[in-house]
Amino acid sequence: MISPHERQAAESATRRHFLGQCGLGLGAIALNSLLNADGHAANGVKIDPTEPLAPRQPHFPPRAKQVIYLFMAGGPSQLELFDDKPKLRELNGQTPPKSLLEGKRFAFLKGNETLLGARRKFDRYGECGMSISEMLPHHRQIVDEVCWLRGMTTDVFNHAPAKLFMNTGFQAPGRPGMGAWVTYGLGSPSRDLPGFVVLQSGPRGPRGGASLWSSGFLPTSFQGVPFRGKGDPILHLRSPEGLTRECERDFYDTVAALNRARLDEVGDPEILTRINAYEMAFRMQTSAPELMDLSDESAETLAMYGVQPGQTSFASNCVLARRMVERGVRFVQLYHTNWDSHGGPGENLNDDFEKVCRDVDQASAALVLDLKQRGLLNDTLVVWGGEFGRTPMGENRNTIGRDHHIDAFTLWMAGAGLKSGYIHGETDELGFGAVSGQTHVHDLHATILHLLGFDHEQLTFRFQGRDYRLTDVHGHVVQEILA
Amino acid sequence: MTALARTFYPCRLRWLAAGVAWLLTQIAGPTLAADSAERVRFNEQIRPILSDKCFQCHGPDEKTREADLRLDDRAAAVDFGAIAPGMPDDSEILARITTADPDLRMPPASAKKTPLTAAEIELLRRWIAEGAEYEGHWAFLPLRDDPPPAVQDSDWVQNPIDQFVLARLERAGLAPSRPADRATLIRRVYLDLVGLLPEADEVRRFVSDNDPLAYERMVDRLLASPHYGERWGRYWLDQARYADSNGYSIDGEREMWPYRDWVIQALNEDMPFDQFTVEQLAGDLLPEPSKAQLVASGFHRNTLINQEGGTDREQFRVESVMDRVNTTGAVWLGLTIGCAQCHTHKFDPISQREYYRFLAFFNSSADVSNVGPTIEVVRGEMFGVPIQTDPPPLAGEALAKRRAAWEAETRRRLEATLPEASATPAEWKPAEYGEATANDMAAFERQDDNSLLTTDKTPAHATYRIELRTELPQVAAIRLRTLTDKSLPQNGPGRAGNGNFVLTNVRLRQAGVERRIARTWADHEQPGYPIVDVLDNDGKSGWAINVGANSTAKMNAPHEAIFVLDKPAAGDEALELSLEHGLHATYLIGRFAIELSATVPPLPRGDDDLLLAALRTESAQRSDADKARLQAAFERDEPRARPRDKRSDPNVARPMIMNELASPRPTYLLTRGDFTRPDKDSGQLLPGVPQAIAPPLTVDEAAGSNRLDLARWLVDPQNPLTPRVTMNRVWMRYFGRGLVTTEEDFGTQGTPPTHPDLLDWLGGELIRRGWSMKQMHRLIVTSATYRQDSRPRADLQEVDPRNLLLARQERVRLNAEAVRDAALSASGLLSRTLGGPSVRPPQPDGVYAFTQVAKRWNAEQGGDRYRRALYTFFYRSAPYPLFTTFDAPDFQSVCTRRGRSNTPLQSLTLANDAAFLEMAQGLATRLLREQPSDASDPWSERIDRAFVLSLCRQPSEVERSTLRGYVERQLAEFAADSDAADKLLSRELRELATPAEGAALVCLARVVLNTDNFITRE
Repeated sequence: MISPHERQAAESATRRHFLGQCGLGLGAIALNSLLNADGHAANGVKIDPTEPLAPRQPHFPPRAKQVIYLFMAGGPSQLELFDDKPKLRELNGQTPPKSLLEGKRFAFLKGNETLLGARRKFDRYGECGMSISEMLPHHRQIVDEVCWLRGMTTDVFNHAPAKLFMNTGFQAPGRPGMGAWVTYGLGSPSRDLPGFVVLQSGPRGPRGGASLWSSGFLPTSFQGVPFRGKGDPILHLRSPEGLTRECERDFYDTVAALNRARLDEVGDPEILTRINAYEMAFRMQTSAPELMDLSDESAETLAMYGVQPGQTSFASNCVLARRMVERGVRFVQLYHTNWDSHGGPGENLNDDFEKVCRDVDQASAALVLDLKQRGLLNDTLVVWGGEFGRTPMGENRNTIGRDHHIDAFTLWMAGAGLKSGYIHGETDELGFGAVSGQTHVHDLHATILHLLGFDHEQLTFRFQGRDYRLTDVHGHVVQEILA
Repeated sequence: MTALARTFYPCRLRWLAAGVAWLLTQIAGPTLAADSAERVRFNEQIRPILSDKCFQCHGPDEKTREADLRLDDRAAAVDFGAIAPGMPDDSEILARITTADPDLRMPPASAKKTPLTAAEIELLRRWIAEGAEYEGHWAFLPLRDDPPPAVQDSDWVQNPIDQFVLARLERAGLAPSRPADRATLIRRVYLDLVGLLPEADEVRRFVSDNDPLAYERMVDRLLASPHYGERWGRYWLDQARYADSNGYSIDGEREMWPYRDWVIQALNEDMPFDQFTVEQLAGDLLPEPSKAQLVASGFHRNTLINQEGGTDREQFRVESVMDRVNTTGAVWLGLTIGCAQCHTHKFDPISQREYYRFLAFFNSSADVSNVGPTIEVVRGEMFGVPIQTDPPPLAGEALAKRRAAWEAETRRRLEATLPEASATPAEWKPAEYGEATANDMAAFERQDDNSLLTTDKTPAHATYRIELRTELPQVAAIRLRTLTDKSLPQNGPGRAGNGNFVLTNVRLRQAGVERRIARTWADHEQPGYPIVDVLDNDGKSGWAINVGANSTAKMNAPHEAIFVLDKPAAGDEALELSLEHGLHATYLIGRFAIELSATVPPLPRGDDDLLLAALRTESAQRSDADKARLQAAFERDEPRARPRDKRSDPNVARPMIMNELASPRPTYLLTRGDFTRPDKDSGQLLPGVPQAIAPPLTVDEAAGSNRLDLARWLVDPQNPLTPRVTMNRVWMRYFGRGLVTTEEDFGTQGTPPTHPDLLDWLGGELIRRGWSMKQMHRLIVTSATYRQDSRPRADLQEVDPRNLLLARQERVRLNAEAVRDAALSASGLLSRTLGGPSVRPPQPDGVYAFTQVAKRWNAEQGGDRYRRALYTFFYRSAPYPLFTTFDAPDFQSVCTRRGRSNTPLQSLTLANDAAFLEMAQGLATRLLREQPSDASDPWSERIDRAFVLSLCRQPSEVERSTLRGYVERQLAEFAADSDAADKLLSRELRELATPAEGAALVCLARVVLNTDNFITRE
C-alpha cells in the first residue's frame, strides 16, 4: 500500500506532468481564467478547475486526514447500548415526570406512555470504565481506543430531516453533506477513486436518499459517489460488452487525441479538464473493481471483521472503507439500516434489535483495531452514530419499543487527534437529557472540521448572496475531547 | 434552539460586490474618467472607489470606524466637513487624499491600500463639484432610459445591444472578436434556441447560403419551432422546482406533467411574460379562470410533500409556504428574501416583519395533508388538442372479434420478440390447513373453495399463522391467492377501507426451523410496495395492491404471490406459514387461499412473459389473474375496450392546483422562523410587499390584497427588479454568465452589473415590446455580440480574463438535458412527441440501492424510449443518473442557475451508459443508411458525416486521420473476433453490415459522441 509520503510525491508528480504535458502557457491560462470563473471561487476555497480534487491545505495543520463515518441509520437506542440507567429500570412502567415532558415533541408518542427500563445487561469495561451492554460484546475491545460522546443532541425528530441535519447541518434538502464540504476543503489524495464514497448495507437504503451525500450548491465534483455492493460498484463503470481493455485504451486515446486537436484549435483550457476527467475514468475502471475485490485480504482479516465470503454486508463494507482509506479516498460514509426500534414487526427491541447489533458490532470494533494495527488510525477519524437516539418512554406497537429522541444520545469517534478511552458527557438519571458535556450536531461538525484542520467559521462557500458553512451560524469545537 | 428554526442565517459576508465593481473600473478605468461630457455616476464610478479605499475605516461598521467619520452616509460626510458639495477645494477628503505629507495622506500606509490614481482623484473632484449626490442601491432604482451610446465602429453593430457592448469595449481599447464561422453558428443557435442539433442538409444549406438574411430566417424558424418551448421551458422548470415525485423519504409519485405542458405551450405561443407570471402565481384568482390558468397555478404546488410517518403536518405546510416565498423572491426579484425568515435581513432592506407580510400572500392556500386540490387534465389539452380519451366503446360481437384479433396479434408479436421460457409450468395443489390463527386466536371461516375468510373480530395488526399439510412428496413453492369477497370493504381482497392490505413479512417454518424463501413474485404491486419487501424483515415495508392514478391494473380483484423456497421442503411434515401485517391498522388480507407446488415454477420475468403465458393458456383454463392481466393489456392497446373510467387512463392526470381558503389563515411573525412560536403579541400581519421596492402596493383596505395583487405588482412596469432579473437570466443562458454575475442576488451583496445601461435597456425593451420573450430572444441572438467567435484571445487574457466585457462569446458545456437531446438528434433516434406524461428511458440497475423505497422503472420499449430529456420521470430521492452527473439540481428548491462541472463520472456515462450506446448504434446505422451508394472511400465519407451530424462541421486533417487510424485498428480487432463485434451491434446493424464493420462504426460513433466538442456549445 502507498505510504502517505509516497502518495504526496505521486501527487506532485501528477501535477508536474499535467503542467508539463500541456505546456506551461496553456496551464497558466487555465488557472488564470478559471480560478476566477463564476461559482464563487473568489471567496471560498481556491479550486484548480482542471483538477478539482487536487489535494489542498486546510487552515492549520490537521490531526485527521481522512474520515470513515459509520452512519447508524434509524437511530440506535443509546439506552440499550451505552447509557446504562438503573433508575429507569427501577421506575419501569411508571409515568414519566411531567416536568421532563414539558414543551417536548415526539414523532409517534401519544403522551400516555410509561418509562421503559432496558432489559439488557450492562458492565463497565476498560480503563475508562465505559458502560457497554451485552449487545455489543466486540465493542469491549475498543473502549479505550474510542472517545465517547454521551451527551449528543439534535434539533429534528423525523428521520429524513434528521439525517439531513446530521449530514448537512440543515434539515431541508439541498445543502452539501459533510463529505462534500470536506472534499471541497481538502481535495482528495486518490488519483484513481472519487474523493467521497458512500456505501450501504441493511434491508433498505437510508431515508433521505441522495440528498444525504449531495454536493448541494458546491460543484458536483465533491458529491458522494455511491459504490454498490452488487454488480458494478459505480454506475456505468463497465465498458460495453465486446470491448477489450486494449480496445478501450485505444478509445480513450482517440478521444484524448481529438480533444487535444480541438484544444489546439480553440484554446479553451476547459478541454484540458475534460482530458483529465477521461483519464481518471479509465483508471477508475481498473481501480474500483480492484478495490472491491477482497480476495487479497487475509483469512484472519476477514474473520476479524466477520466477513462472509461473497456477501455484501456491513462487515464487508468496513473492510472496503479501510481499503479506500489506504488508497487515499478522503471521506467514506457507510450507512447501515435499520435501527428504528419502535417495536413493530421487523423493528422490535428483541430479536430485530439483536440482529442489527450483530450486524455492526464486530466489524465496527474490527475496523478501529485494524486501522490501528496498520498505523492508519493516526491519520483517520472514525465516527459511529445515528441521526438521533430513543426515548426513555416505551412506545406501544406489536411489542414495546422506543420512539425518536433528540435530547440525548450516544455517538463515538476514534482516531487522529482525539482523546482515547475518554467519556464526554453524562445524562440525567432517566436519560432524558445531557447534564454535562452536551454536544449539539453543530458542535460535532465544528469539531470534525477542526480535526481536519479547518476553522469551521472560515470554510465557506458563497451561494445566493451569503457565505454558507457546514455549521450555519452555530457550532463550538469540543475542546475537552481533543488530545 | 428548537427543532424548527431553520435555514437562512446570513453569516459573515465580505465586500465581494465592491471588489468586482473595483475590478471593472480597473479594466476600463482611465477611459471612464476621460468621458467628461457625462455626469459622474455615483454607483458605478464613485461608490467602488469609496468602498475599496475608505469604507474599511469610514464605513457602516461602528467597530472599525476611525475619527468618527463615515463616508457611506452623505449627511454624516457633509456634517463632518469631509465633503463640501459643489466645492471640491473645501472638501477635506480631497485634501487628505492628495496631500504630500505621508502622516496625513489617505488611505494611510497602515491600511495597506494602494493610493488613489490621478484618474480616480479627478473623478471624485468632478463628483463633488457636481453636487456630490449619493444614490441608493442600483437594483432598486428605476430602470434608466438611456439611448444606446454612439460607437466608432458602427459597421459592426447589428442592433442596439451591440452599441452598448461595443461602446464599452472601445472605452477599454478592445475590439470585438470576428463572427463565428457558419458551422459553429448554426450549432450554437440550434442548441441555444431549441436544444437540438440541425440535420446535415440544414447545415449544408446554411453554410453555403450567401444570403445575408439566411441567419435571421433560421432564427425565425427556430423560434417558431415547438422545440423552442421545450428548451426554454426546461430553464423555467428549474425555477419552478418541477419534479414527478413528492420528495423526502417516501418520495411517492405525483402527476404534475400538465403543468409542464402548460409551460411549453405558453412559451411556444409567446405568452407575454407579465401574463405568464400572473397565471402561475394567481391563475386560480383570475375571474372565471380557464382550466389552463388553473393548471398554471400549479407553479407553487411543485413544493415537497413529506409522507413520512409521525410528522407534524403544520410544520411541513409552513415549510412549503416559506419555500413559495423564497422561490418567488428568487425568481422574480432576484433577492434572498429567505434571509429575513429568522431575523431582519442583514444587508438588504427587508425586515422580518415584511418577510411575514410577504408570506401572508401564500399562507391561505387550501391544503389537505399538504396536498393541494387537483383538476382533471387530458393529454394534449394544454396544447389545445386534447386526445380522444373517451371513444365510443366496443360491445358485443364487435368487441369479441376485436379481442380475438388482438390476442392473436399480441401472441405473434410476443413470441417473435421474447426469449423462450424453459421450464414447464407448475402444478398447483390446494394446501390442507391445520391450525389457522391470527395473533394466536382462531380467526378464519373456511370456505368451500378451500379459502380462508377473516371476520370483523380479526385484530387490526395481525400475524396469521397457518399450518399447511400436503400429499405432495415435497414443497418447492407456495402460492398465496388473495381473493375478493362480498363481506369485505369494496369486495376486498383486503380489509382496509378501500379493500387494500399491506403484507409486511412472510416467514415459513418447518419443525421449528426457519425455511428460507429465496425468490418471490406477485402479479401486481402497488408502487412503493413491491412483493420483495415481505422478505426484508422490515415491519414497515411490504406488499400492497393499490393502483396509481394512471394504472390499468385493479386493486379490488383477485391477486396472487408466489414464494419459492431456498430448498424444497419435505412433504410429510407440516409447514407453518406466517403472514404479518405490521404497518397500518386493518390493512389485512381479507380472504385468501394457499396452494403448493412440488416443482419450482418458472417465475415470469416481466409483464410480457406473463402476458404470453396467459395467451397460451386456453381461455377456459385461465386463472382470474390471467384474465385480469389480459383485460388490462387489451384495454391498454384498445381504448374502445376501456370502461368510461378516466382515472385508469395514463393520458389523464390530476395535477395539483392552487386554491384559496374561504377565510384566510391568520399570519403572524414566527420568532426565529419557528412555526411553534408565532409572535401573537405584535398582532396579525396583512399581506404586503417590501417597502424598499417600487411601486408601493395599493391595497383595498376592506378586501385586503391577495396573490393576484402580488403577481400584478411583480410585473408592474414601475417594478425595476422583475425586468432586470428576467433579462439578466436570459442573457446568462446565451453567454454563460449574466450581466449581473450573481444572478440570484440583486441585493447589496451581489455584484453590480457589468453593463448597467445595457441591462436597463433590455429590461425596458422587454416592457416596451409587450413582455414578448421571443422578441427579446431574437434581439439577442441576432446581435453581433452573440455571433462572435468564442475562442479565448491572448490580448484579453490580461485585461479581461473572465470576459466580462464580452469581447468574445463563451464555450459552454451543455446542460444535462441537452447532452441527451443532442445525442438523440445526432443518432436519428429522437422522438419529437411534444408533452404528456413522463417517460422512463433505459436506466442502469442499482439506482435504487440507496433509497428507502425502491421505484418502479420499466424502460420504455417504443418511441417513448427516445423522448427528450425533459420528459424523463424525475424522482427527487433518486434522479435519473445522467441528470445528477451533469449538474441538474434535485429540485428540492428553486434553482436559478446550474453548476457546470467536468468529472470522470460524466466520462463514464457518455462512454458506457446503455442509453448512449444505443445512440451510438443509432448514429452508426445512419452512417450506413445515409451513405451515398457511389462513395469511393466509404470510411472517409462516414467519418465526415459523423462529424457533420454531431458537430455540424467537417473534421480537420488531424481529426480525420486520427479517426481513420482508430477505425482501421478496430476493424482488424473485430475481424479477428466477430463474437465480440456482434455484442456491439443492434438488430438493425446486424442486417446492414458485417460484424466487424458494424462494430467499428459503433466505435467511431461512440468516439465522436464522447468528444468535448460534442457536449460543448462553442
